[in-house]
Amino acid sequence: MSTAQKKAICLYFQVHQPFRLRRYRFFEMGHEHYYYDDFMNESILRKIASDCYLPANKIILDLISKHKGKFRVTFSLSGIVIDQFRLYAPEVLASFKELAETGCVEFLAETNSHSLASLMDRERFERQISIHTEKMVEYLGYKPTSVRNTELIYSDEIGSWMADMGYKATVTEGAKHILGWKSPNFLYCNSINPKLKVLLRNYTLSDDIAFRFSNKSWSSYPLTAEKYVSWIKGLGSSSDIVNIFMDYETFGEHQKKETGIFDFLKHLPDVVIKKTPFVFMTVSEIADNYQPVAVLHVPSPISWADEERDLTAWMGNELQTAAVSKLYSLSEQVNRCGSDQLMRDWGYLQSSDHFYYMSTKFFSDGTVHAYFNPYENPYQAFMNYMNVLSDFEIRLKAVAPANVHDEEVNRLAAAVETKDHLISELREKLTKFEKKGRIVRTKAVKPKREKSPAATAKKAVAGKATSKKPIVKKTASRKTTAAKAKK
Amino acid sequence: MRVLMFGWEFPPHIAGGLGTASYGLTRGLAAQPDTEVIFVVPRAYGDEDQSIVSLIGANTVPVEFKKVRFNYFSKPIDKIEVFSKLVPYTDPEDFWKMTRGEVAETDVLVTTNKSGKVDFTGSYGASLMDEIHKYSMVAQVIASEQEFDIIHAHDWLAYPAGIAAKAVSGKPLVIHVHATDFDRSGGNVNPVVYNMEKEGMDAADKIITVSNLTRDIVICKYNINPDKVETVYNAVEPPHHSELDVPERTYDDKIVTFLGRITMQKGPEYFIEAARIVLSRMPNVRFVMAGSGDMMERMIRHAAALRITDRFHFTGFLRGNDVFTMLRMSDVYVMPSVSEPFGISPLEAMQSNVPVIISKQSGVAELLTHAVKVDFWDIEAMADAIYGILTYPALSRMFIMNGKEEVDKLKWDKAARHVKNIYNEVLKQTS
Repeated sequence: MSTAQKKAICLYFQVHQPFRLRRYRFFEMGHEHYYYDDFMNESILRKIASDCYLPANKIILDLISKHKGKFRVTFSLSGIVIDQFRLYAPEVLASFKELAETGCVEFLAETNSHSLASLMDRERFERQISIHTEKMVEYLGYKPTSVRNTELIYSDEIGSWMADMGYKATVTEGAKHILGWKSPNFLYCNSINPKLKVLLRNYTLSDDIAFRFSNKSWSSYPLTAEKYVSWIKGLGSSSDIVNIFMDYETFGEHQKKETGIFDFLKHLPDVVIKKTPFVFMTVSEIADNYQPVAVLHVPSPISWADEERDLTAWMGNELQTAAVSKLYSLSEQVNRCGSDQLMRDWGYLQSSDHFYYMSTKFFSDGTVHAYFNPYENPYQAFMNYMNVLSDFEIRLKAVAPANVHDEEVNRLAAAVETKDHLISELREKLTKFEKKGRIVRTKAVKPKREKSPAATAKKAVAGKATSKKPIVKKTASRKTTAAKAKK
Repeated sequence: MRVLMFGWEFPPHIAGGLGTASYGLTRGLAAQPDTEVIFVVPRAYGDEDQSIVSLIGANTVPVEFKKVRFNYFSKPIDKIEVFSKLVPYTDPEDFWKMTRGEVAETDVLVTTNKSGKVDFTGSYGASLMDEIHKYSMVAQVIASEQEFDIIHAHDWLAYPAGIAAKAVSGKPLVIHVHATDFDRSGGNVNPVVYNMEKEGMDAADKIITVSNLTRDIVICKYNINPDKVETVYNAVEPPHHSELDVPERTYDDKIVTFLGRITMQKGPEYFIEAARIVLSRMPNVRFVMAGSGDMMERMIRHAAALRITDRFHFTGFLRGNDVFTMLRMSDVYVMPSVSEPFGISPLEAMQSNVPVIISKQSGVAELLTHAVKVDFWDIEAMADAIYGILTYPALSRMFIMNGKEEVDKLKWDKAARHVKNIYNEVLKQTS
C-alpha cells in the first residue's frame, strides 16, 4: 500500500468546557436546585469562542480548502461543550459542522459528560458514549467510528469495551511507564481485543506546542513551523506515525494570539507537505492504513494528565475518592428516577473537572489545575460540590427511593394503608350490621338474643387483631374479615 | 552575638500572643550558634513576685539578675526582671477604655486581673506612660551595664526602652511589631500610642513584622520606608500537652469553638451569626465561645436574642491546660478576626488535630494552606465551611492530616535563623 510507505502526522484536538458550579451554600439544600454559575460559564465560553474556537476553526477550514484535502485533523467535542455551544455560542457549533462537511475532519466519540464513568463500570461508560453519539449525529450530522475516553484514560479493559462497541481505534497517552523502550510513533493494538487500534500521543512534540510554545526560557524558543517540522523529519526511519494531541484551547487561549500560535498553525501544513514525506491523517485513517506493530499492555488505567500520567489528578486524594464514590453511589437510583431535569444535572455533575478542582496537587503543581478554576483551593471545591450533590440526593430520594430495601418498606407502607382503609370500611359495615342486629333483636324472640352478642364480639376481636398486625396477617385477616363480612 | 531583648511577658505568665511569640523566638535564637539573649521583662502580673512589686513601690527600680536554664538547650538565657507595675499586652484595650473615660474610678491601681475587668484608676493613663518611661530609664541602666551587640524590642510598650538603650549604647535597634494600634483599636487610633509606635519605628534600624498584613500597615500608616520592614512569620512550639486527658464525650454533638479574647478585634459577633445559620439546619452541633473580654456580655445578649443559647455556650476565661482541653474537644476551630496581625492560636488548634477556619484578615492566613480562609464578614461562607467540615468526614480528615503536617514544619528555629540573618545585615549596615 502506497500510503503505508508514507509517514503520517495525526493532529487531534480535544474540545471541552465544564458547567462550573455556582457557590452553593449548605442552607440552600432542599430549597435551591439550580447549581450552575451561568454568568461564569457563559463569559468563559464566549471568551474562548472568540479567542480560540472561532479563529482556529476558520484557519483550519482555510487550510483544508487551500491544501485540497491534504490537511486533515481530528477533533473530539464533549457532550457538555456541545450543550454549552447551543446555549452560549451556536456559531461555534455551526463552524464545527462546516468542518465536518469538508470530509477532511474526523470527530471521535467520547463520554458525554467528560466523565470518569469508565472507571466505575462498563454499562455506565457505554451509556455515556451512546448519548454522546446521539448528540454528534443530531448536531454535527456525524457518526464517529473511533473513540476516545475522558482525558485519554485508557486500560486494556476499557479498550476491549471500545472494541466490543465496534470502534476501530482509540487514542491515549504515550506514557513512558507503559511504553518502556517502545516508541509512541507506531500503531499498537489492544491486548484483549486486537481489533482496536491504539494511537499513542507523542508527548514531547505535543507539549512543545501546548506548554512550551511561548516559554521564553525554553532553549528552542521561538518555535517556528520550520524548526518544528525539522524535528518531525528527524524522527526519520524510526517511526510510522507522529501523534500530536492537545487541548484545542492551546490555540489562542493557553497560548495567546500574541505568541504567534495562529501563524504557527497556518504555516505548519505548508512546511510539512512541501518539505517532508509526511502526510496528514485522521485517527480512523491511520487505523485503516497501518498495521499495528505490537500489542500494548496497559493493565491499570493511564491518562494524559500531569507528570504521573495516571488517575491521581481526579482520584488522587481522599476528598476526590469520597466525592466520586458518593456520586456514583447514586447512579442506580438515577436510573430509576425518570426525570429529565435530574438526568441533566446527573450528567453535568459527573464532569471530571469537578474532581480535578479538588486535587491537592494544586498546591504544588498548580498552574494547569488552576486554569479557569472557580475555586480558591481544593477544600472549597470539595465543600461546594458535596453541598450540590447533597441537594441532588435529596431531590433524587423524593423521586426514587434510595434502595431496594426502602422500596420494599414503601411498598409495605402502602399496603398497610390500603388494608387500614379496608378495615375501617368493614368496620363501618359491621356497626351497621350491629345496629340492624339490635333492631332485629328488639323485635326478635329471646333465643336469638344469646347468639348475636357473642358473634359481634368475635367480629370485634377479629377486627382489632387485623388492624394491629396488618402486614404479617394480611392474608389471614383478609379471609376472616371477608368471611365475617359475608355473614 | 549578644542580643539585648526587651519583652513584655515571660513564662509562666503568658497572657497573649506576644508572650508566646517572644518566648518562642528567644528559645529559637538561643539555639543558634554564637547567640546569647538577655531578656528584659517588666513584671506585674498575678505572680508571687507581685507582692514584691507593691512592696517596693514605683520609686525604686531594683534590677535582679536571674539565670534561667531551658530544658531544651544547654545554653542559659539571662533573664532580667524589671519590677514595675506595667500591665501586659492583653490590656491595651483596657488602657483604651480608660483613656476614653469609660472607666472613671478613682481607686489606686493595685493589681490587674485577667478577666479584663480591671481595677484601673482614672489617672492610669498618665501612670502607664510613667511606667513606660520608667522602663526606658531602667533600660538605660541595663544598656550601660551589659555587653551586647544589638537591641531587639517587642511591641510598643518596649519601644521607648529600646530607643533609650540605643541612645546609651549606640548599638543598632531592631523592633518587632506584633501588632499595631490599628489592629487593637479597629482604626480608632490613640494618638499617644501611635506616636510611641511611630517613634520606635523611626528610631529602629530594622523593623520586623509578623505578617505582610502588618508590614503593609507599618509602611502605609506609619510612613516607613518599605526596605526597612521585613516579615518574619511566627512559629509554634511543639505541643507538650499530649498527655492531657480529654474528657470523654457523652453526647454525639459536634463542637465548634471560638477561642480568644471577646473583643471587637476578634470578630465574635460573626461567629455567633454563622452559628445561627448552621444551627438552623443542623441539630447535632454545639458552639462554644471560650474566653472573656469587653464584648462578652453583649455577645451573650446577642446569642440570647437569636434564641440559640441552648446550643451556644460561653465558658469565660480559660486558663492553662483548659485551653488545650477545649481545643482537643473541638471538631472545628474558628478565628473570625477582623484584624489579626498574626494569630498563633489556629496553629495550636492544628497541632491538636482540629481543622481551622480563619479570616482572610489575619496574618496567619498568608502562611497556611490547609485551612479554610473566609472574609470575617462573610458569615455565609463561614457557616458553609463549618457545615462542610462537620458533615463530610473526608474533608475533616484531610484538614487534620495535612494541617498537622503543615504546622509541624513551622519551627521557631527557622524564624530565629531568619531573625539572626536580619541582625547580621543590620550589623553590617551600621558598622
